[in-house]
Amino acid sequence: MTIMTNINRRSFLKSSAGAATSLGLIGAGGKAFASDETIRIASLLDLSGGLDALGKPMQDAITFAVEEINAAGGLLGKQIELVTYDTQSDMRLYPQYAQQAVMKDKVAAAFGGITSASREVMRPVFRRLNTLYFYNTQYEGGVCDRNIFCTGITPAQKQSKHVPYAMNKWGKKIYTLAADYNYGQITADWTRKYCMDNGGQIVGQDFFPLDVTNFGSTIQKIQEAKPDFIYTVLVGGAHQSFYRQWAAAGMNTRIPLASTTMTIGGEQKFLAPEETNGILLCFNYFEELDTPANKAFLERFHKRFGADYPYVTELAMATYQSVYLWAEGVKKAGTAERMPVIEALESGISLDLPSGKFSIDPQTHHVIMDINIGQIQDRKINILESYPQQHSLDTSAVCDLKKNPDDNTMYVIKV
Amino acid sequence: MDLLVVLSIEALRAVASLALISVGLAIIFGMMRVINLAHGEFLMLGGYAAIVATKAGINIWVSTLILAPLVVAIIGIIIERTVIRFLYGRPRDTMLATWGLSLFLVGITTTIFGNTTEGISAPAGSLQVGNYYIAAYSLIIVLIAIAVFAAIWAVFRFTRYGLIARSTMQNPEMAAALGVNPPAVYAATFGIGAGLAGLAGGVMAPITGIVPTIGAAYVAKAFITVIGGGPAVLAGTVSASVLFGAIDQIITYLSTPVIGEVALLAAAVILLRFMPQGVTGSFFRRAS
Repeated sequence: MTIMTNINRRSFLKSSAGAATSLGLIGAGGKAFASDETIRIASLLDLSGGLDALGKPMQDAITFAVEEINAAGGLLGKQIELVTYDTQSDMRLYPQYAQQAVMKDKVAAAFGGITSASREVMRPVFRRLNTLYFYNTQYEGGVCDRNIFCTGITPAQKQSKHVPYAMNKWGKKIYTLAADYNYGQITADWTRKYCMDNGGQIVGQDFFPLDVTNFGSTIQKIQEAKPDFIYTVLVGGAHQSFYRQWAAAGMNTRIPLASTTMTIGGEQKFLAPEETNGILLCFNYFEELDTPANKAFLERFHKRFGADYPYVTELAMATYQSVYLWAEGVKKAGTAERMPVIEALESGISLDLPSGKFSIDPQTHHVIMDINIGQIQDRKINILESYPQQHSLDTSAVCDLKKNPDDNTMYVIKV
Repeated sequence: MDLLVVLSIEALRAVASLALISVGLAIIFGMMRVINLAHGEFLMLGGYAAIVATKAGINIWVSTLILAPLVVAIIGIIIERTVIRFLYGRPRDTMLATWGLSLFLVGITTTIFGNTTEGISAPAGSLQVGNYYIAAYSLIIVLIAIAVFAAIWAVFRFTRYGLIARSTMQNPEMAAALGVNPPAVYAATFGIGAGLAGLAGGVMAPITGIVPTIGAAYVAKAFITVIGGGPAVLAGTVSASVLFGAIDQIITYLSTPVIGEVALLAAAVILLRFMPQGVTGSFFRRAS
């Protein structure tokens, strides 16, 4: 996801002061000894600031993956050492910590970045400094760079299934509400495309800056446009008030909602059940997936982080699984060095993980994965439909790293 | 027709919200001449007080309408006694101090509650108007705003405290010579202003949800309303709220919330260009 943070002096000073009084930098004190006994990896995630609801579960997931691999004997006979950087939802810290991770900590691979903006800040740094990079958030697709692996779900995997499913269920007239920056806008474009392809109609479309909390007049406009359902691409804490105001107006029982962002911060756990009941979701992973691999994972995870852990989100699972992909690459290559690991991963590594079969597509460095549609009911998600092994067709339409291994572009895909 | 009714209720709600979030500042800035940059954080604290109390099982009306203003009024009095009282008559230092205070309050609430959005559901269900549905809470906000303004007017107009407060603000030395204790009056008035901010924060919490940094979203609007309103505390706040709230809501309906906010700011700039003293400074000079 991309977020262009709107920094004014006041909020800037506030966030820096807030950070100073809260956690600050965790574990950034790089140790001086050479890493002969361990293989270091870095995690760069927002553990404080506006995006912390997304970042914290991802950090728990990467910690857990590293602990599991270490407990099973480590990699190539060495333990993995996780170096954690809290990027504090602050765009300036990403390039700084990315450089530190490489130059000071000499990590073998880096994992993290939440918004597309943060990824685009770090990607050139890791490429220049020859350090392998994993980006594990759902995003708008189109990154084409041999040094990065994107394990998140893209629109061709998601909206291509989600939008037609909702149209079959509820009808052909859609009203889109999206966050006002490129992730929201590009996702809204994809929604329009899949709506049109299936003979539907967009009867309204509104974009909201991330700090908008008042949706009163929008709720009236929606009632005027009479859509069959609403597709939301709302992002962040402020936008949650839409779901509250929608329910307060009594509309939650009248016009159904489908959302591409709901639950990525575990929102269904702290909004009231009647505010989220019936929302249709589409992700690679839900905690509720009824597979032996997922059940076993959750049992281990809850033993480590407590039975009352709020929710293992889509982004957390992608982060957890990306560590396993990387570890498999290292095993296959017999070294943690960048180029051999990239070549090993490009040989088509495929693992059975909690979210199902997770395979690297060598052409795009994206992941071929199962897609599931679910619906929220009383803070739980009922899985309604599964689409096995979907490719990131949006990215593969513009990106072929086999033919152009030197490509280094973030393609904005024309819809 | 029903659309018009629904839109009018929404516009009234926008006006009432603006008036509520500004009135505490209007008293602290308008009467005491204290530029309180921590006003948004007072609202935020009111929101947290309401949410924490409601989640602890206290009735939502008690927590938003009684506990939220009470808690913030007490915090306000403590802040007045420890920080503000040393800075009367020094507007620049006051700005710096209250800005620092605002950063401190954001930091401390982040440490306690974390930087995630907390919220409670709006009470009172929904209303049907023809083919449209609106939250009954919108109407309740309008009623609360009317009640609050009537109460403030009555207190400052008819009670002994109101008389003493107004005279102390006009001439503290003379008031002191007549046996009034100005520091106590300042503390009480600051406490009332803070309490009103807390009330507004509590009332808005079910609509917007609360994060430690939400104050930034309120403080600019509150200052624009108070300055646009001019010297008369109540009449000014009401007239500026009606003007800005209606413009914001109508433009938002016709376009998007972004353009609505832009229109509000543009209206404020134009207003202050032609009426540098604000609405009440230009029209009713003798309004109170």
